[in-house]
Amino acid sequence: MPVARLAFKAANFAGMLLLVAVFVVPFVWMVSTSLKTYSETVLFPPKWIPAELRWDNFARAWNSGPFLKYFLNSVIVSVSILLLQLVSIVFAAYAFARYQFRGQKLLFGLTMITLMIPGQLIFLPVYLLMSRWGILDSLLALILPFSSSAFGIFLLRQTFKQVQEELLEAARLDDASEWKIVFRIMVPMARPALVTFALFSFIAHWNDYFWPLVMTTTDAARTLPIGISKIREVDGGTAWHILMAGNMILVVPILLVFFVAQRHIIQAFVYSGVK
Amino acid sequence: MNVWRLVRPYAMVAPSIVTFGVFFIYPIFYMIYLSVHSWDFVSPEKPFVGLDNFAELAGSREFIEVLGNSFNYTLMTVSLTIVVSLFLALWLNRKGVLYGIVQGAIFSPHIISLVSVSLVWMWLMDPQFGLLNWLLASIGLPRLEWLSHPDSSLLSLVLVAVWKGVGFNTLVFIAGLQSIPSELYEAAELDESSRLTTWCRITLPMLSPTLFFLVIINLIGSFQVFETIAIMTQGGPVNSTNTLVYYIYQYGFRFFKIGYASAAGVVLLAVIGLLTLLYFKLLSKKVHYR
Repeated sequence: MPVARLAFKAANFAGMLLLVAVFVVPFVWMVSTSLKTYSETVLFPPKWIPAELRWDNFARAWNSGPFLKYFLNSVIVSVSILLLQLVSIVFAAYAFARYQFRGQKLLFGLTMITLMIPGQLIFLPVYLLMSRWGILDSLLALILPFSSSAFGIFLLRQTFKQVQEELLEAARLDDASEWKIVFRIMVPMARPALVTFALFSFIAHWNDYFWPLVMTTTDAARTLPIGISKIREVDGGTAWHILMAGNMILVVPILLVFFVAQRHIIQAFVYSGVK
Repeated sequence: MNVWRLVRPYAMVAPSIVTFGVFFIYPIFYMIYLSVHSWDFVSPEKPFVGLDNFAELAGSREFIEVLGNSFNYTLMTVSLTIVVSLFLALWLNRKGVLYGIVQGAIFSPHIISLVSVSLVWMWLMDPQFGLLNWLLASIGLPRLEWLSHPDSSLLSLVLVAVWKGVGFNTLVFIAGLQSIPSELYEAAELDESSRLTTWCRITLPMLSPTLFFLVIINLIGSFQVFETIAIMTQGGPVNSTNTLVYYIYQYGFRFFKIGYASAAGVVLLAVIGLLTLLYFKLLSKKVHYR
């Protein structure tokens, strides 16, 4: 019996090792390739560890386009979206959770419908709208449509609803303004939910490729994902070593954040799924 | 003061509602309007053409192929993702550092940009120098063409989508499993119910809301696939990976057939609308069961 148990444990462990390999090896391969020379990338069978680590691949990737511009655009877009969303969802969620007003159901229904409308469905009409306003190919076109988040309102409203009414009554008796109630009571109590939402929003918009691809036509407003996808041809053939080095610029910050806040991030995304 | 009290809630929701209205709700109607007009984006006139655009779609072999690709891609991606994730969830639903690490590893592709995922997999699937063909060759299997052959291109994209999505789905399943009250299992144990009976009578029914939910959001998500196609295949070879959103993108932005592209958008709207409706139907049922 102990032998069978041991064998089972060993098999279980081997299985998990294999499973982890399936998910980690592609990343390892990316790192390995990003440090190779061109001739090492076209070796078959492949070599895992390059003879000499070519750190200059990163410089070549970075210098193959206006990457400082892409990077700054990415930061400006993701951060502006996050700040705008935090402000707009706190107020909207508070109103939906704590007030009763005419048309409340309708407006909340509208919010829920928005939750189900993906950008991939409405990009063409929104593009035409932006072109009419003359803000195509600008950072505004990447930020404005996401100045609020239906998911954020949904998440925060749940949290605000759980705050006890007595607490608010007491605050109101003390002549606290609604403004104070929101920022001194509600927001601090909803901190975990806000952190969850912030991680979710930032990662989603930092990674986004679709919206910037559709809304931009020049480097003026392009973001990092677009820039990376454009490093294709260097030295004639596809320069996989440069491409993977560029890819690292995009992936490593997110993976670092993931290592630091793994539990928070998983919780954020799983919650966004379960709702 | 009283007026402000009355207006306050509206002022608070206004920024959000205006954003949703202008950028999400109104465009839906605008798209429907465009779908019954003919427009090339530059001409000042947009003549009304009735259902001509839809008739053209129905008559286009390319579009029928695109629809077929979308359905194939979606069905394969969703069924594989769900089956694999359910299996992994049952396997990995345990406490412990080791299980935590494994869960983290399989989840990690979910937070990586689709651009990165696409580029890495393109490289892995390179027919000449890719790691996958080396692996196949080293265990004595024939090399594959992966993305460059119409027979394997769509399947290769499915593989990438499953790889990216399986971790997220597994963790949602695990959350579902953990929300099943342990008293149910204790009662089953008292009744000396077999493992299979316990699984069929307790685990599966209690997990069904999570299962339905994941199936629907995966269906909706897969129908919108765009990034991997734009980066890895551009719809090719010979249209074998062209799907709805990429088709709309091509006709809208390359050929400037705005009306025609909008009509294809309305088809996508119908599919997503139907799935959403189904979801809310199931959701209201779920509430009744509890």
